[in-house]
Amino acid sequence: MWDAVIIGAGVTGSAIARELSRRKGKFCVIEKESDVCSGTSKANSAIVHAGFDAETGSNKAIFNVRGNQMMDQISEELDVPFRRNGAFVVCLNEEELPALRALYERGLQNGVKELRLLSREEAVEMEPNLSDAVVGALYAPTSGIVCPFELTMGFAENAAKNGVEFRLDTAVTKIEKTTFGWRVITENGELETRAVVNAAGVYADVFHNMVSKETLTITPRRGDYCLLDKTAGHHVERTIFQLPGKLGKGILVTPTVHGNLLVGPTAVDVEDKEATATTAAGIADLTEKSALAVRNVPMRQVITSFAGLRAHDDRGDFVLGEPDDAPYFFDAAGIESPGLTSAPAIGEYIATLVTERLGLEKNEDFNPIRRGVFHPSSLSFEERAEFIRFHPAYGRMICRCEGMSEGEILDAIHRPLGATTVDGVKRRTRAGMGRCQGGFCSPRVMEILARELHVDLTEIRKADRGSEIAVGQTDKGLPEAAEWKE
Amino acid sequence: MKQADIVIIGGGPAGLAAAVSAYDAGNRNILIIERDEQLGGILNQCIHNGFGLHTFKEELTGPEYAARFIKQVEEREIPCVLGSMVLDISPEKVITYTSSTEGLVQVQAKAVILAMGCRERPRGALNIPGYRPAGIFSAGTAQRLVNIEGYMPGREVVILGSGDIGLIMARRMTLEGAKVKVVAELMPYSGGLKRNIVQCLDDFGIPLKLRHTVVNIHGKERLTGVTLAEVDSHGKPIPGTEEEYSCDTLLLSCGLIPENELSRNAGVEMAPVTNGPSVNESLETNLEGVFACGNVLHVHDLVDYVSQEAAIAGRNAVAFVNGQLKHHGAGIPVSVSGGVRYTVPRTIDPENMDDTLTVRFRVGAVYQNAYIDVYFDDKRVSHIKRPVLAPGEMEKVVLRKSDLLGQNIQNIKVEVTQG
Repeated sequence: MWDAVIIGAGVTGSAIARELSRRKGKFCVIEKESDVCSGTSKANSAIVHAGFDAETGSNKAIFNVRGNQMMDQISEELDVPFRRNGAFVVCLNEEELPALRALYERGLQNGVKELRLLSREEAVEMEPNLSDAVVGALYAPTSGIVCPFELTMGFAENAAKNGVEFRLDTAVTKIEKTTFGWRVITENGELETRAVVNAAGVYADVFHNMVSKETLTITPRRGDYCLLDKTAGHHVERTIFQLPGKLGKGILVTPTVHGNLLVGPTAVDVEDKEATATTAAGIADLTEKSALAVRNVPMRQVITSFAGLRAHDDRGDFVLGEPDDAPYFFDAAGIESPGLTSAPAIGEYIATLVTERLGLEKNEDFNPIRRGVFHPSSLSFEERAEFIRFHPAYGRMICRCEGMSEGEILDAIHRPLGATTVDGVKRRTRAGMGRCQGGFCSPRVMEILARELHVDLTEIRKADRGSEIAVGQTDKGLPEAAEWKE
Repeated sequence: MKQADIVIIGGGPAGLAAAVSAYDAGNRNILIIERDEQLGGILNQCIHNGFGLHTFKEELTGPEYAARFIKQVEEREIPCVLGSMVLDISPEKVITYTSSTEGLVQVQAKAVILAMGCRERPRGALNIPGYRPAGIFSAGTAQRLVNIEGYMPGREVVILGSGDIGLIMARRMTLEGAKVKVVAELMPYSGGLKRNIVQCLDDFGIPLKLRHTVVNIHGKERLTGVTLAEVDSHGKPIPGTEEEYSCDTLLLSCGLIPENELSRNAGVEMAPVTNGPSVNESLETNLEGVFACGNVLHVHDLVDYVSQEAAIAGRNAVAFVNGQLKHHGAGIPVSVSGGVRYTVPRTIDPENMDDTLTVRFRVGAVYQNAYIDVYFDDKRVSHIKRPVLAPGEMEKVVLRKSDLLGQNIQNIKVEVTQG
């Protein structure tokens, strides 16, 4: 019997799992994909929002502000790249200046610190690449940028280290009420549990509606993004939002915590919960709308584009807690922006609810510290030289664009919830995430994965089941390189 | 810190030829730094023939061509470090590299030859919409998988881009039993060599669709198909021309980008069109004593030209170390006109020239019965008729030192005009 089964190993489910592991109990996270951080958590703006955007008193506002405040400690404990780079909301015409002021007022009411309204001159002084159309800006110094993969991995690895079990490649098909709680039926067997936590992202409505008559509707809202080369990473220093206005919500332009430039997202409601395909119209839209606020965005330096699905609840707010007719079933549903920012606070909140319901005791052995993949590039020359002398694998460079060595890839494979796929290595180490997009390193990463996991190269996948990369061996063996030499 | 007169970054065709030529010019303190575990660079995976027609007057495979140069390097006992990745080149010519055997190493060089080659343009840079499944490879990555690892990337193939690697891989995949359905090319002409179109597509009945591109990618986990569409004269897809192709593999051969991250960090100035360093007649960059050759300088279509160019860089690096390379000002600028997109070099100091200097360039469109003209200031000094000029084939003009020295020429212009 499990104490709690969490459905979904995205940032929300992983944050809840980590918070639950502060208590004594048997907890399990079920994930249908092959890795943690495989849905909305992997494809978003990677912003730690200040908290001025959401309506005062809403869950979004409360958990955003709290999550933002928690992020310094979380990033420290979990070794997650995070930086408070500040954000601008820019206003593009004089008539909308009152709306900018209203946003400022809302921010104050929501409890956002250090907000300031800037004139055009002040804003341009700080961000010289703002467009000529900018007439003023709201400045939020507490806004930040974070690595969403590392944040999710950090929560998940730390939860695993503190005893939470993760079952990947395991889709939940049905949830049934039992005398003592719930039966969670998966493609790989059943789990009897006292409580269920629904952190299933775009699928949260499916699971909620299995147990409650107060139905939810989660609409996947697709957002296309373009990621630009690091040479464009200083085009702006802060996150530049556009004031939502006549032209819709606008497109943000932001540096990422790893030094790239990110442009996005569009917003298109779709029916298919797996529809993460980008569209030509979406990418054209990004190019056009980003230019309204930031001039000369170097779109020729795009290294990849991708789409994410926001789990939009039709009432527009996070749905947190037990439905009236389904006690011991805890929703963390409708988690769209600012979901990444709010994750630590949602984790704390839901874990507290579960703890109170189940009467869980404190886990005295809980260790809040997780160390990320170690990068010797953070060391001084002498220390790094010494380190490589003792760990030669760190001297063998695999990903030349991001400067990742075999040692770092081995670390990613052999840690708790380690990488088993090429994308898994990429999200843990950034190998393959640079300007050549894995052109050089992906065959080498495949080799290392096959060697370390003791499988044939044909079994190595890009990501989820069915994404095998090589389909078979060539018919004839290859002559040894020596034969070519004269 | 290690010391070397000449550090060559990259042990591919450019680095090898530069090393041999520097040695033969008299220097005995050369170091080649190669990131792979063997010398030869990308030639090692180019197991098709057609290499060396100019250099050795015979048709060799890539590994055979590389082996000839590797042998020359070995005979001269030129030191190389393998499995060694350069992390940084400082403006003072301190090179930092890492390897699993030596760890982190610094070398103080007197001269540096940049020979890092190029990389392929990835799918992301092409902004092709759709899903991001497995089964999409740049052509060179697929080539490595097939020729080095011995694994097949797929069975039913569509190729986007008619660059040479894509054409070679169309034949290679066919020979390995895959079905190559079509090669689509955005431009109205192929980006590859004519001989590769004939030998790799025509001979195998593989259709080449010019003015076509991929407008959608299907399949969430593994590629299941692509949508091709015809494009208009601006390269924009024409609605209504879409065609579906089922395939499990999409190979991309859409251009090569010189790998100049190290050069940029060192402060090397880049030329606008080539994405390679801006160099003078000695193939020297704006940093004195830092030279560039091969695909890191500009993308070549024939390795023979890479070897020739690298030999010049090698000799000039020795001249620099010996204090024989003169530096007096900017040199004569080489400007382009008509259909010429760029030239290498971009400036010429006649005093540093050999008796002749080959200026290489590419055109931006296909020309028939066109003229290649060279002007010294306003005076046309050569006028050569050519039946065909194409962007996929590198062209050249040869200048004589005796024509330039002491003439007080302010500008050299290379122009292609329609006859």
